[in-house]
Amino acid sequence: MAPLIEVKNLKKYFDVPGGMNHAVDDISFVINQGETLGVVGESGCGKSTLGRTIIRLQEATDGQVLLNGEDITHVKGRKLHKAREQMQIVFQDPYSSLNPRMSVEATITEPLKRSGRFHSKAELNDEVDRLMKLVGIDDRLRHSYPHELDGGRRQRVGIARALALNPSFIMCDEPVSALDVSIQAQVLNLLMDLQEELKVAYMFVTHDLSVVKHISDDILVMYLGQAVEKGPTKELFRNMLHPYTKVLFSAIPSTDLDHPMHRLQLKGEITSAIDPEPGCRFRARCPYATEKCGQPQQLEEIKPNHFVSCCRVREINDL
Amino acid sequence: MSTENNSFLSVKNIVVEYTSGGDIIHAVNDVSFDLEKGESLGLVGETGAGKTTIAKTILRILPDPPAKMIGGEVYMNGVNLTTLPEDDMRKRRGNDIAMIFQDPMTALNPLMTVGDQIVEGIQLHNKNLSRKEAEEEACKMLEMVGIARRRFVEYPHQFSGGMKQRVVIAMALACNPSLILADEPTTALDVTIQAQVLELIKDLQKKYQTSMIMITHDLGIVAETCERVAVIYAGEIVEMGTVRDVFKNPSHPYTIGLFNSLPNMVEDNARLTPIDGMPPNPAKLPKGCKFNPRCKYATDACRNKEIPVTELTPGHVCKCCNLNRGDK
Repeated sequence: MAPLIEVKNLKKYFDVPGGMNHAVDDISFVINQGETLGVVGESGCGKSTLGRTIIRLQEATDGQVLLNGEDITHVKGRKLHKAREQMQIVFQDPYSSLNPRMSVEATITEPLKRSGRFHSKAELNDEVDRLMKLVGIDDRLRHSYPHELDGGRRQRVGIARALALNPSFIMCDEPVSALDVSIQAQVLNLLMDLQEELKVAYMFVTHDLSVVKHISDDILVMYLGQAVEKGPTKELFRNMLHPYTKVLFSAIPSTDLDHPMHRLQLKGEITSAIDPEPGCRFRARCPYATEKCGQPQQLEEIKPNHFVSCCRVREINDL
Repeated sequence: MSTENNSFLSVKNIVVEYTSGGDIIHAVNDVSFDLEKGESLGLVGETGAGKTTIAKTILRILPDPPAKMIGGEVYMNGVNLTTLPEDDMRKRRGNDIAMIFQDPMTALNPLMTVGDQIVEGIQLHNKNLSRKEAEEEACKMLEMVGIARRRFVEYPHQFSGGMKQRVVIAMALACNPSLILADEPTTALDVTIQAQVLELIKDLQKKYQTSMIMITHDLGIVAETCERVAVIYAGEIVEMGTVRDVFKNPSHPYTIGLFNSLPNMVEDNARLTPIDGMPPNPAKLPKGCKFNPRCKYATDACRNKEIPVTELTPGHVCKCCNLNRGDK
């Protein structure tokens, strides 16, 4: 059986002043039903663009996106409409992703009406009831407007809206980064419970490695539009092989007082993906960079299912 | 009066209210703490807990109206800042106390070069310096935060987010203040840049023996940059002590809840344990303990009476009347 989502050599370039921005550059992966792929990287690495290109909010420059084995990269009209019912999005900022003039009920009802699956007011009402219960919004808030809700509840409305048409895939674009920790934990638990119940697959885009470790089956680490490391979560956290992954991980402030993290200091800042030179894009900041890092790099399977794009990975890690 | 003079900074029983649409918002409710020279204190809590309001009260930059300081005093080196004439207070801002704001994108003037912005602050506080001397001073500050002096003439839009925040830090430190109020200085930055900026703040603070109040919602940042920590909930300090005491032996149910909400990087915990419910509406704070509606150990006493502050070990205080709970 074909995987739920298969992304093959996907590219998304933007024509910007000063050249071509290689926002997503040759990314491939697979997401199976009911699984979560975590995509991590710093701002500007192309992780959101990747998600948006997959669910067709943006047109791909090159490459393919397959949904249940069917190429949807350039489908139009009814076929696109059908594909979109299968693929939904939860946005980062619950303050700007809800229409301030639509009540909770209206927000959740809109996709239901649009689908044409419901034929009476009563049916619609029942479905809204079901969805609100599913994501844990009190019925008394049915007629409330977004400004009357706090961030956590707004994000629940956003999730209910995404779930309305029983999608098989939801792209979660930093869904908890605008929330306080205690509320963040509530929303993460909700997303995990929903996955268990509905077997929905997530692509979870975030810069927070601790969140991604918690929720993902597989992890993809991006740097300036390219995948630098990819693998099953447990394996990747046990053996971080790419220098960038190590740096990203060691930069998280730790609450563990007895085992302070050995911090890998990084020089400089993220550069840009505008007309990048061939070779490893991390090499300008990489403590291990040598001349051969200027050669084009390729993702290589270093351990079973664990891919790394670094020509010095074996030397660095004594493999 | 003599007791106030012992600490470098002494915040005593401050109460701040906002008026909004006829409601009174109880933003800060009787907060007291001391800070020694060269020491750093973390204020942690969620959005709306009153952390930033506490810092603005110390600096006396509360927007009045709608904010009003109802009670309390702030002493710095024994001087009562609360009753100081505005002119004297203005001289202290920047000179003695500097604030680093959360968002470097909005803290800088987009129409001035970064160099001029630093010079402006230096000249304002040190009128004896010539323009040339002030420029030299500003260049030194830029170099100190790791920015080449040739970038003196560049505008904020030519800098990345992390560099802008360094410029803001350079401005804050330009007059060599004895107290820095850092309000979520790295929230807008990526983790690798955050690591650089925190390292920089820590180094400079050690080097100049500056006292610091670090406002953050990130317990990891507190662990790495602070010696003591105060946990703020609904405008009150619910727990305070050395970072080691509070992190190793969190005692208030809210503090414990915060730690349990964090995804653990070391262990594989399948489910997080969030704190149930939401922070209270600051216009309608619950009676008794402000945390009681979300606390699973709440008793009638928690719902009705004023909660005393208990000292668990020297310097580790907790505002909970139910300290012999099952989870301890």
